[in-house]
Amino acid sequence: MALQEIAFYVMATVTVLAGLAVVFARNPVHSVLFLIAAFFSAAGLFVLMGAEFLAMLLVVVYVGAVAVLFLFVVMMLDVDFTQLREGFARYLPIGGGVAGILVLEMIMVAVTVANQGAAGRNAVPNASGGADIPNAEAIGRVLYTDYVYFFQAAGLVLLVAMIGAIVLTLRHKPGVKRQNIMAQNARTPATGMTMVDIKPGEGIAE
Amino acid sequence: MTLADLNLVWPELILAGGALALLLIGAFRKSAGPVFDVLAMLVLAAAAVAAACGDQGRAFAGGLVVDNLSAFAKVAIYAASAVAIPLGGSWLRKRGDDKFEFPVLIVLAALGMGMMASAGDLISLYVGIELHSLALYVLAAFRRDDAKSSEAGLKYFVLGALSSGLLLYGASLIYGFAGSTRFEDIAAAVQGHAGNGILFGLVFLICGLAFKVSAAPFHMWTPDVYEGAPTPVVGFFAAAPKLAAMVLLARVLSEGFGGAVEQWRQVIVVLALISVFVGAFAGLNQRNLKRLWAYSSIANIGYALVGLAAGGEAGVQSMLLFMVLYMVDVTGFFACLCALQRDGKPMETIDDMAGLFKERPGLALAMTAFALSALGLPPFSGFFAKFFVFKAAIAAGGYMPAVAAVALVGSVVAAFYYLRLIKAMWFDPAPGAVEKPPLTANAIAIIAALFSFPVVLVALVWLEPLALRAAAAFG
Repeated sequence: MALQEIAFYVMATVTVLAGLAVVFARNPVHSVLFLIAAFFSAAGLFVLMGAEFLAMLLVVVYVGAVAVLFLFVVMMLDVDFTQLREGFARYLPIGGGVAGILVLEMIMVAVTVANQGAAGRNAVPNASGGADIPNAEAIGRVLYTDYVYFFQAAGLVLLVAMIGAIVLTLRHKPGVKRQNIMAQNARTPATGMTMVDIKPGEGIAE
Repeated sequence: MTLADLNLVWPELILAGGALALLLIGAFRKSAGPVFDVLAMLVLAAAAVAAACGDQGRAFAGGLVVDNLSAFAKVAIYAASAVAIPLGGSWLRKRGDDKFEFPVLIVLAALGMGMMASAGDLISLYVGIELHSLALYVLAAFRRDDAKSSEAGLKYFVLGALSSGLLLYGASLIYGFAGSTRFEDIAAAVQGHAGNGILFGLVFLICGLAFKVSAAPFHMWTPDVYEGAPTPVVGFFAAAPKLAAMVLLARVLSEGFGGAVEQWRQVIVVLALISVFVGAFAGLNQRNLKRLWAYSSIANIGYALVGLAAGGEAGVQSMLLFMVLYMVDVTGFFACLCALQRDGKPMETIDDMAGLFKERPGLALAMTAFALSALGLPPFSGFFAKFFVFKAAIAAGGYMPAVAAVALVGSVVAAFYYLRLIKAMWFDPAPGAVEKPPLTANAIAIIAALFSFPVVLVALVWLEPLALRAAAAFG
């Protein structure tokens, strides 16, 4: 058995088991850790497929940012997970129904793919134009040329998100003391000190 | 990309550059004022001129399509957005909640809606939807100290994220089966019998878009968001984004899925009929006018969908005419709601409107015109809107005339709540004094009412051929 196949089976097994563990783990922190394991082995699968850029993206974005954010939320918000599970039996029929429909759809899609080879027939044009270049470079070649419109628009989406966060949360409170380094540096003994002549028994008004 | 591609994106470039410049001006001046509003309106006007007079064609490997349809939709969208700026600005200033981000967000939302109107690719479809939706979520929660406004923003955001998920799921299925995100390639794959998987994707895509236009059964968010969001923002919600999403739906269905017209027509007809009846019956026991108009907008989207389902040139034309006439009506109606205050409180229920005719005859006449127009009574603009839709449906043949007849029954049911509002305004005794309406909102309401009747008779003479030209490429 080739090394690649061994690596595939190991990582595929780890992905599936970690995915199951995410759902079944009792402790939410364990769930997030299993999620990270699933992401890592999925990234390994991407590398095996020759999509090293996607693998890096998965590790950097999902493991580095999203999963850590989950971890923070789970640890800091102190969500009562036993309370969340209370309605489990009540919502089981409808949730099971939705899940059943989705599973059925996925099976149908998979069967169609197996029979007709969905993307196989209308093969996706290779971004690199067939040349043997790494796919990070291939993406780099189209990102600012063919896809510049989408790329810039996605940047605007992020801008709107930033404006939204500021509009909805920033408050200018009066009377908040902030550090003003220029004022601190410009301070001299003449401006920093005042001579006060205190009368006995009165103290300083300030 | 070539430099020639840039010639086609002038409206988008103007809006993006304008929004950035406005953001800088606002950040340094730290306050918005009428001058700032005018600047934002000028940006939108410049973009509208660029959209109307610019070159046509396809750019960015098919991601951006500039044709008569997109030009027509963009001018209408930018105009509706420009009207929302002074309306919202004056309303927020009165409540001490004005921030310079308000016009900036509207300009960015208009940019996203323009992208939707000229999307030729699933990526630009999604990015356009997200760009305008994110801006709308923030606008809904703009009065952040108001609990209802925050609730509206949060509800809209959570449900909107869900619908985006559905839409993306559909888009990925379509991509998987067509092997491309471009509508042209999708059309080729549909013609080549790509199987049922691509239709699965289409159904999910339609569900996501139906949420954006608040067609039943994806309408649950509409009444709550309309009730909680600031009134001028609701006027904006009910107008431009719906047109953008309807144009996008028309483009996806006829450019991408023209080969599967029998399959999607059934879905659209079901959505249309459910919308008409949910809008008509659920509106019956609403006392709050913003909620009432939410149900009214659900019903009206139903009629627009009937036009779309009729298909072909006439169907798309009737949908465009319907949406444009409806946009004027709904903007005017919410301008009335913005203008009216009684004893320091906004007048938002039907009972609040009692005796309005004796105190503010101008606004009462305007609201009567909007109600009768939404009812579809001749000679108001709503009558012509429905007339074109039903004409297209009858011409389409098959089961479409029956669908039109059933939709007509729904509009008779809905007549009840429009007439109840008119009765309250004209015949009920007034409980208190109505305050003097602010100039901007009053002017917008009166102009919209004059459009509803009699200007519409003149406007239709050139609107109809324009809409026909816009729809000519589809069928």
